[in-house]
Amino acid sequence: MPLTLIRTAWTLPSVLLALMVVLVAGSAAEAQGLKVGILHIGSMADGGYNQAHAEGIQAMKRNLPGVEVIEVENVPEGADAERVMENMAKQGAKLIVAASFGYLEPALRVAAKYPDVKFFHPGGYKRAPNLTTYWASTPEAFYLMGMAAGRATKTNKLGYVVALPISFFLANINAFELGARAVNPKAETRVVFTGTFLDPAKEATAANALLDQGVDVLGVIVDSPITVVQTAEKRNAYSIGYHSLGAQKFAPKGWIGGIAFTWGNLYTRFARQVADGAFKSENILGGLADDYLTLAPFGAAVPADAVALVNAKKQEFIAGTTQVFAGPLKDNRGMERVKAGAAFPLTDLGKMDWLVEGVIGQSR
Amino acid sequence: MLGLARGLLSGAIVSGTPLLYATLAELISERAGIVNLGLEGVMLVGAVVGFVTCVATGSATLAVAAAALAGALFNMIFAFLVISRRANPLATGLALMFCGVGLSALLGAPYVGSQISGLPEIPVPVLTDLPLVGPALFAHDALVYLAAPVATLLWWVLFFTRWGLSLRAVGENPVAAFAAGRSPHRLQYQALVVAGILGGLAGAHLSVGVAKAWAEWMTAGRGFIAVALVIFSKWHPLRAIAGALLFGGAISLQLQMQALGVPISAFLLDMLPYVLSLVVLAVWGGARRHAAPASLGRVFRGTE
Repeated sequence: MPLTLIRTAWTLPSVLLALMVVLVAGSAAEAQGLKVGILHIGSMADGGYNQAHAEGIQAMKRNLPGVEVIEVENVPEGADAERVMENMAKQGAKLIVAASFGYLEPALRVAAKYPDVKFFHPGGYKRAPNLTTYWASTPEAFYLMGMAAGRATKTNKLGYVVALPISFFLANINAFELGARAVNPKAETRVVFTGTFLDPAKEATAANALLDQGVDVLGVIVDSPITVVQTAEKRNAYSIGYHSLGAQKFAPKGWIGGIAFTWGNLYTRFARQVADGAFKSENILGGLADDYLTLAPFGAAVPADAVALVNAKKQEFIAGTTQVFAGPLKDNRGMERVKAGAAFPLTDLGKMDWLVEGVIGQSR
Repeated sequence: MLGLARGLLSGAIVSGTPLLYATLAELISERAGIVNLGLEGVMLVGAVVGFVTCVATGSATLAVAAAALAGALFNMIFAFLVISRRANPLATGLALMFCGVGLSALLGAPYVGSQISGLPEIPVPVLTDLPLVGPALFAHDALVYLAAPVATLLWWVLFFTRWGLSLRAVGENPVAAFAAGRSPHRLQYQALVVAGILGGLAGAHLSVGVAKAWAEWMTAGRGFIAVALVIFSKWHPLRAIAGALLFGGAISLQLQMQALGVPISAFLLDMLPYVLSLVVLAVWGGARRHAAPASLGRVFRGTE
């Protein structure tokens, strides 16, 4: 009897142990051996666009430890990108994330050559049977940032440093101004275009030019938000980050909030799709309701009632009961752009070539 | 309007400072008869070494010193190839530029996104409180205050010392300088050391002074603008101050005009610095005095 007892005492843990081994092996087996390639246009630690994609891949790797990742940074758009992707395919990658807008054409060419490799491209406007495009629509998030900024500002002057006047960026600026106006009718947004995605010294000069005009909230749409956020902080102005959650540490005092892409779960879903053979070519356009567009925590500069207001509006956007570009809207030259009762559809942002009333800047 | 003037002046000085150091670097090389198209690379190496040193030690002073040293050492590669190995300076310069781009990206990669406090602004007491010009002129970092004095010093050295005379003689006619007992090669090496130091400072001001961040190829062509500014300043250090200020002012003006809401296209405004350069070159181009050093770009092959 004691012997049996001892045996039973031994059996239970060993059964549990065996069960655990099976479970662990089971989860490790998920997407086991899948090779994922990702290429970045810039540095993976830029506190911005590239870091967001790199963190997404890291999160995927945590969720699916069996996946093998080939990651290359600083790949120029064009022939170099094509070569890197082909190399990844030759190394056995079955899933390739071409993480820059300009990688679309190279990715399409490589996709035609390697039909069994699945490609994913952020923001692309063309697809292939083995190429899915994905992006998150950002104007709603910019609208919410505008609300927070409109409440935080003391001078009623908000500013944006933007790379180029392309339609998606104009849409973001318009949404921002509309959000600010919704809570503060006197709010205006001044925008300065630097003409380049990466020239930190020029971004600093542009930020200073805006601050000289009395702007006290600065936002930024270039590759790395670090310089603009830092410049605002140094001159005691508020700031709004973009792309990655990492910008916050540069503005301990003046942080208002930020919009970040958190690609981790989406990339995990992509990897599962490809591993399970469930891939289908899609055009994914997410928004606030999805787990890959995240609002960074609001800073102390935003009053608590404003945070509540912003969160309420966010729920309205998610529920679809309200529209960002609801008419009537005039552009900043006085021309009517959206009629009363109508709304500019978020799927048509590529056609937005005007700046809304209240934005001080030139759309072309 | 007063706000615009103040912002414009301040922006011109900040944007113009790295340009001035870079222009002086190119100027002293060319005065010794060597065109250095690798300046962009030297600036990048200075920028990255300065930034990394600042991250590692927290000292902006050490960062600037390290950047100057790194610039000088990197420029010595160019000096060795062009002076001792008699390589073609234009090709070598371009190769050095690309080498600098790659090397700086490699060294800087782990430091992208690092946080530094950078060069502190040193407001000059009393003067900062002057109306209008006070904050624009007297609330900058040390490299800004030193820029014009360095240009003046270079002017004095080039035109009022024996060493400067010899250096200019090498740029005009190395054979004559050699006959007069000077060593053209030694003088050219010395000029390129000084050029490397100045190029390193230009880079350090961008990364540690203005942007307080490192980004790949963050000089964004300023090394080539400096080559043009040398021609613009007609190889004269004091005119280089005016050139750098004018160009920096044009960059600052276009950004200030956008912030002010002037109804002109951002694309047109972005052209402003370059249009302005063309206009000034066209207007000044007539006078041919103080033209390029006569032996600029020719390789001195000794007297055999």
